[in-house]
Amino acid sequence: MTGTVSAASGPSAAVEKGAAVTGLVPFGDAVSRYDPVIGLETHVELGTATKMFCGCPAVFGGDPNTHVCPVCLGLPGSLPVANRVAIEYTIRIGLALNCQIASWCRFARKNYFYPDMPKNFQISQYDEPLCVDGWLDVTIDDPGAEGGSRAIRVGIERVHLEEDTGKSLHVGGTTGRIHGADYSLVDYNRAGIPLVEIVTKPVDGTGELAPAAARAYVTELRDLLRSLEVSDVRMEEGSLRCDVNTSLSPRGSGVWGTRTETKNVNSLRSVERAVRHEIERQAAVLDSGERVVLQTRHFHEDTGTTTAGRGKEEAQDYRYFPEPDLLPIAPSSQWVDAIRAGLPELPAARRARLMGEWAVSAREFMDIRNAGAVDAVAATVAAGASAAEARKWWLNELVRRANEAGADVADLPISPAAVARVAELVKAGTLSDKLARQVIDGVLAGEGTPDEVVAARGLAVVSDEGALLTAVDAAIAANPDVAEKVRGGKIAAAGALVGAVMKATRGQADATRVRELILDRLRA
Amino acid sequence: MPIAREDVAHLARLARLALADDELDHLAAQLDQIITAVARVQEVAADGIPPTSHSVPMQNVFRDDVTEPCLPAEAVLAAAPAAEQQRFRVPRILAEE
Repeated sequence: MTGTVSAASGPSAAVEKGAAVTGLVPFGDAVSRYDPVIGLETHVELGTATKMFCGCPAVFGGDPNTHVCPVCLGLPGSLPVANRVAIEYTIRIGLALNCQIASWCRFARKNYFYPDMPKNFQISQYDEPLCVDGWLDVTIDDPGAEGGSRAIRVGIERVHLEEDTGKSLHVGGTTGRIHGADYSLVDYNRAGIPLVEIVTKPVDGTGELAPAAARAYVTELRDLLRSLEVSDVRMEEGSLRCDVNTSLSPRGSGVWGTRTETKNVNSLRSVERAVRHEIERQAAVLDSGERVVLQTRHFHEDTGTTTAGRGKEEAQDYRYFPEPDLLPIAPSSQWVDAIRAGLPELPAARRARLMGEWAVSAREFMDIRNAGAVDAVAATVAAGASAAEARKWWLNELVRRANEAGADVADLPISPAAVARVAELVKAGTLSDKLARQVIDGVLAGEGTPDEVVAARGLAVVSDEGALLTAVDAAIAANPDVAEKVRGGKIAAAGALVGAVMKATRGQADATRVRELILDRLRA
Repeated sequence: MPIAREDVAHLARLARLALADDELDHLAAQLDQIITAVARVQEVAADGIPPTSHSVPMQNVFRDDVTEPCLPAEAVLAAAPAAEQQRFRVPRILAEE
């Protein structure tokens, strides 16, 4: 049985051949015979005003090589000085991830010859990270579980601080990738921007949920970092980047296989797809009796597949040593306590609080969260709507509009205050649900506030009983057969008359009231 | 720890330096002498002396997060062997191994 081949055994000659197996094992089959183990390394560009070791602005983009100085260009004689705010942000992240903060640590030089750093080394941290040994609780969608979700605790190995690299443009060749390029053009604007690396401990035991677990972790981490206000966490602009480690363990063997590290995973969806693809690919390699090769792989957004990159350099090949140009960091307990005291309410605590305040189940809350509407609903409640109203309008109406427009619900051109006003108008009886939808149409179309749309489109419910009665009488007169049936006790037939009145009032009447009026008239 | 010829060849590869066979022999011998000389420091290292990376007893030297002027791009690229599209032009980056 190929499925029982141990990742740790096999002929050594297979090391070279392992990468040559190109088939995939269907996902369900793969996870029925192998347990995936995943690990994530997440890089976060900090939202400081300046770079890590110099006063150049730490902003996205800019004309090439205009945000550089002698320090970040590594010119002779220049000396780096650490940015206090970047250290503080890193400690803030460490505390939010339940880490221990080092009482003393140093920066280290990571030596490598690659032109994305002008110094031939990157200032990073090696065996003395600023924060270690924490955790992040994550909720995964699990249709099979009670409540539709499963909670896991992801261990955090370390959180360390380093500097980002420059950006290379590969010229020539056909693919625009490194491979086959004739030469490269480098822009050092990004070089030196403070970069925090967050490394998880291996996550096992998630089985077929491994891809979803990876995605849920990155989602939770992104929300956490956003709440800490330490980064704008935009995956599409590269301020949050993920490397995904995946390995397979033959089910029940307890022996972990060789991992691959997939880079270039730059959206939440890609995180999930990359893990899934590596599981399918590695299962095929193991099934054929080969061994998985320890290597860096590149994820391709278009195909959802990975291809081999360079073989991983061993840590010793980076010849790390303490950075002599920077002094040690020894955060005092007073400083750490002050940072801890300044932590905001974290997403998990906030969610628990909102669930209680809104009186919704975990499942219902998950729906709001998955729709990306938590902040919108919260702001709508803050603007005066009830939680039920806010949920109803955002989830039933606006999420659908967002999906139709291919946009995030939070980016719709309607404010929570406007949604709260619509809910208020419905509650007051000024608008029916149907009219409210038209008001939302108007607001989204840029016609102004809900009140302005109501006025401009003449949408208020006809609540003038006299006008309604006129319409009711007209409908009865126009449908004598129907009226006769209702008089004869067939109450259900009244629907046709209600419809006629609604049509006559262009939908602006309160249907319930219209029905009452019709029945009153015909009973008399 | 003696420096072997293979160590020098490995370091040369990491540093993207092409060294001829006679250079490897020459450098291996030289580096071995240097390392042996520096290793004598270990003879005086004692349990009571912690390793150090900095000669001055200072820590927590930080700068405020305040922007300072950058260099003009012309000045930046004036030092570049080659430039194109206001970027540093560098030779083809490693053929993947």
